[in-house]
Amino acid sequence: MAILETMDLEQRAGASVLLSKVSLSVEKGEIFAVIGPTGAGKTTLLRLINLLDRPAAGDIIFDGQKITDPSCDTVKARRRMAMVFQKPAVFNNTVYENVAYPLKVRGTHGKTEKSAVHQLLETIGLGGYARRKAKTLSGGEAQRVALARAVVVKPDLLLLDEPTANLDPVNVKMIEELVMRFNRERGLTVIMSTHDMQQAQRVANRIGVLMNGQLVQVGRPGDIFYSPDNARIAGFVGMRNMFRGYIVRNELGIAVINIGGRDIQTVSDLPVESAVEIYIRPEDVVLAMTAASSSARNNLRCSITSLSSIGPLCTVTVDCGFPLEVLVTDKSVVEMGLSQGQELYASFKASAVRVLPSMPR
Amino acid sequence: MQEIWQALVQSVNLIVSLDPEVIQISLRSLYISGCSILIAALFCIPVGGLIHFHDFSGKRVVINIIQTFYSLPTVVVGLMVFLFISRSGPLGGLELMFTPTAVVIGQVILIMPVLTGMTISALSGVDRAIRDTALSSGASNAQAMWAILFEARFAVVGALILGFGRAISEVGAALMLGGNIRGYTRILTTAISLETQRGDLVLALALGIILISIAMVVSITMNILLQRY
Repeated sequence: MAILETMDLEQRAGASVLLSKVSLSVEKGEIFAVIGPTGAGKTTLLRLINLLDRPAAGDIIFDGQKITDPSCDTVKARRRMAMVFQKPAVFNNTVYENVAYPLKVRGTHGKTEKSAVHQLLETIGLGGYARRKAKTLSGGEAQRVALARAVVVKPDLLLLDEPTANLDPVNVKMIEELVMRFNRERGLTVIMSTHDMQQAQRVANRIGVLMNGQLVQVGRPGDIFYSPDNARIAGFVGMRNMFRGYIVRNELGIAVINIGGRDIQTVSDLPVESAVEIYIRPEDVVLAMTAASSSARNNLRCSITSLSSIGPLCTVTVDCGFPLEVLVTDKSVVEMGLSQGQELYASFKASAVRVLPSMPR
Repeated sequence: MQEIWQALVQSVNLIVSLDPEVIQISLRSLYISGCSILIAALFCIPVGGLIHFHDFSGKRVVINIIQTFYSLPTVVVGLMVFLFISRSGPLGGLELMFTPTAVVIGQVILIMPVLTGMTISALSGVDRAIRDTALSSGASNAQAMWAILFEARFAVVGALILGFGRAISEVGAALMLGGNIRGYTRILTTAISLETQRGDLVLALALGIILISIAMVVSITMNILLQRY
């Protein structure tokens, strides 16, 4: 059952269109990621859903109620959701007061709620911080406080606007785990925006791709990874040189993966026979005329199928049992005399290969 | 220069010996300016909020005008109020002339622009994210405004201390409207003015030191109260 639907949602700022005919449907209990580059309209969309701004056109239906209707009680509707913003915002008050704020404005700040706040502080790893001034927290801690403040009232819908954009990897992981935990334990529906495709893949059940204010594709993470609807999405998700295969053997963390009949050495802890997806950045591959004796674990014999120059760089596509894109400088192309059909070697380090488990979702 | 040292000694003497007249004048100063800041705050903080939270055409102009009146001369305020409450003025029937009330009216008018303007500045200094956070936390518009005001509390209290300072230190309106009547409308500044004219520079300076001490105590008390929240 859809808990939230937007219908032809539009937003403008002056003459520029921020959102154009966005229609999406979010199911109860799922984590839905809105991905897109900076300026795509992710924040605009979430602010509209949270009723912080009014749409120029279109409707939002939340749990069967048209909340964009002028007669709808905005505060009442908003009190069933919560939002965490990109920039960690805390009130200049104690950590406890910050987390308890939504309870106080609702007039439901009793004894049980008080202990719930303290328990929540334990959950987010800030157990002893209740009386600390929130302003003295680090960015990651402040964002965890913001997350606790959002879930303290047990909302039906949690909106996260790039919640980890400015955080260090440790805090990114903590926030992601907390979000997934709240989703799992409370059946909390989450809409999260991010410009990080890998984060969306880690966290979300479904992904919507927002580009230039338009929702261009909605699907499960795998769908968007492997069959992006257009080159722009493929470019955004960075999915060049993405291949599927399985682990043939794994010796002390060096996993050999079979891709189209060729063995690729990678770094992964995944067990043998795991179905995996691998990703090699075009700039991590080196072309050489001979099988270079270097530290690179992978030296694949291949032939050039195409060359296309973009500025000072050239994308060389080679066939090594699978089509591999390689990024080299135009200067190298000239100096090495690269041409179509030429036979040579493609080398890359085992550690340059990103290995992700195939997702059965 | 000798006078400054003597004044310092005498002010300590006056405070320690609890000189009844000095105590009375000091308390009256505190009371009158306290009333003024209270009345002005009750009016100016909401008005400042009203201006800050609403977008209307000419908002910038209004703020500019308010800020211009920061430099309102105290004697001009005294004169304006005088024209209203003197026996032949429109409010002459209220017989407010030469009463503490008249002084309070003058001081309130004097500090209103500063207090309103500084309230607007204080609220503008609050990150927009606070409003969004309050609203998305389920606050009503009024609760969100309160959250923003709370966030600006240091700056707002700063404005209150400034307004109080301007009120307790002004002499023009107090002289014109209160008349420096001994035991009735004589306050620290008017007493200083009188003692200076009479040539008792040491007493005048000592009263000045007492005035500054009062301002200091008020400011410290406010800041201690603020630290608790």
